[in-house]
Amino acid sequence: MELVTPNFGLLFWQLVTFLVVLFLLTKFAWKPIMQALRDREDSIEMALSAAEKAKLEMQGLKAENEKLLAEARMERDKILKEASDAGNSIIETAKNKANEEGNRMIAQAREAIENEKRAAITEVKNMAAALSVDIAERILRKELSDPSAQQALAQDYIREVTLN
Amino acid sequence: MKKLFVLLFSFLTISTCVNASSEGGEFKPGDMIMHHIADDYTWHFADGMVLYLPVILVDNGQVNVFSSSNFYNEHHELVPYKGYVLEHGHIYRANAEGEPSEDHAGLLDFSITKNVASLFLSVALLLIVFFTIAGRYKNNKGKAPRGIQSFFEPIIVFVRDEIAKANIGPKYERYMPYLLTIFFFIWFNNLLGLMPGGANLTGNIAVTFVLAVMTLLITVFSGNKSYWGHIFATPGVPKWLAPIMIPVELIGIFTKPFSLMVRLFANITAGHIIILSLFSLIFIFKSVAVGPLSVAFATFMNFLELFVALLQAYIFTLLSAMYIGGAVEEHDHVDDMGHGDGGH
Repeated sequence: MELVTPNFGLLFWQLVTFLVVLFLLTKFAWKPIMQALRDREDSIEMALSAAEKAKLEMQGLKAENEKLLAEARMERDKILKEASDAGNSIIETAKNKANEEGNRMIAQAREAIENEKRAAITEVKNMAAALSVDIAERILRKELSDPSAQQALAQDYIREVTLN
Repeated sequence: MKKLFVLLFSFLTISTCVNASSEGGEFKPGDMIMHHIADDYTWHFADGMVLYLPVILVDNGQVNVFSSSNFYNEHHELVPYKGYVLEHGHIYRANAEGEPSEDHAGLLDFSITKNVASLFLSVALLLIVFFTIAGRYKNNKGKAPRGIQSFFEPIIVFVRDEIAKANIGPKYERYMPYLLTIFFFIWFNNLLGLMPGGANLTGNIAVTFVLAVMTLLITVFSGNKSYWGHIFATPGVPKWLAPIMIPVELIGIFTKPFSLMVRLFANITAGHIIILSLFSLIFIFKSVAVGPLSVAFATFMNFLELFVALLQAYIFTLLSAMYIGGAVEEHDHVDDMGHGDGGH
């Protein structure tokens, strides 16, 4: 029974001392310690979230870079395509022009040839006519040098006329 | 060699009482143990090393302060002093024959007993340790903890996260100082009690009573509407049961801290009794042969007690946190309906 009967003096000292200790420790130990712990946890938390943010930012930058790169690539392709299109069209027009020119020149040449041909033919014709006349003259001259032959010829003409 | 040392050590710690009782002839283990776990006006560190503690008496408003050595004569026998007499660990008014009188009215004993001295010692230790740690936090701001700081920090964080946050919830911050104080107060005093010559402070009902009353007061004054609602109108219980339920719940308010008080007192006192009993075996059997066995068991018990010292501090703090948590918890009445109050 002695053991489970609270002693008044000890009760008093325990109560007073405990309250004093509670007060002193709260004011000078627990508050600063808890505050320091909280501050440190906050700073760790902040550092972690900052790192996470930086990581996200890096990812954003990377994505942006990739976007820029893709855009540049597209631009390049476009320019290349345009250039090749322009080249093709230039070649095409040049070809067309050359063809046209060729055709024109051929036509001109043909015309010239035709003209030349015609002129040549006329000349040949003229020459042939002159030659024939010349030949005929010479033949006639030779034939009609004999008066009997002249007679025979005249006879022929008359016969022809009479037959008509 | 080691065992021999421990044996010697154990002789040192209990030889005082052996001497004291052997003067009377027969060795009485019961008396020796009771003497050891009870409070005293002197502090025996070892044989011959006795500290006579001051006696403070308030007799009807008149304060008397003197050393307890005045109660002992040169033959170490109890004698009356200044009209007071010490008997069976208590101070009474002496009658004409120097015997304790029946008249106790108005006599209050505020003596610095062995337990009170031990209490002051532990408090000084607590203040030194935690002021040092707080200083470290101040001077070492934002850096990793060092030395004593890194030893106690995980414990403080454990009390905060596993005891306070887990059981009280979002309002844990307000109760942290109290929980940390009782945890370290009980732990330090449990450990000091295990020291050779140490006082059985946390195994004293007055000390555990004060601690339990603190928890009771904090719980009652923290109680919110839903806490009192559960006591005076327990949800899910028919109204006509109220005459039974209300007294039961009111008794429940007091049984919780009562269990705290008894648990700590009984655990620590029992530990001391077991260790002392094991040593007593040597003197009961009056044989050196029992010594090694007894010491082996006592050593094992001492290690167990070191664990119990921490465990009891943890349990006291944990249960206090749970009681406070129950008082500040916001119950969801709609969900509770019909399920009764299973969690409590």
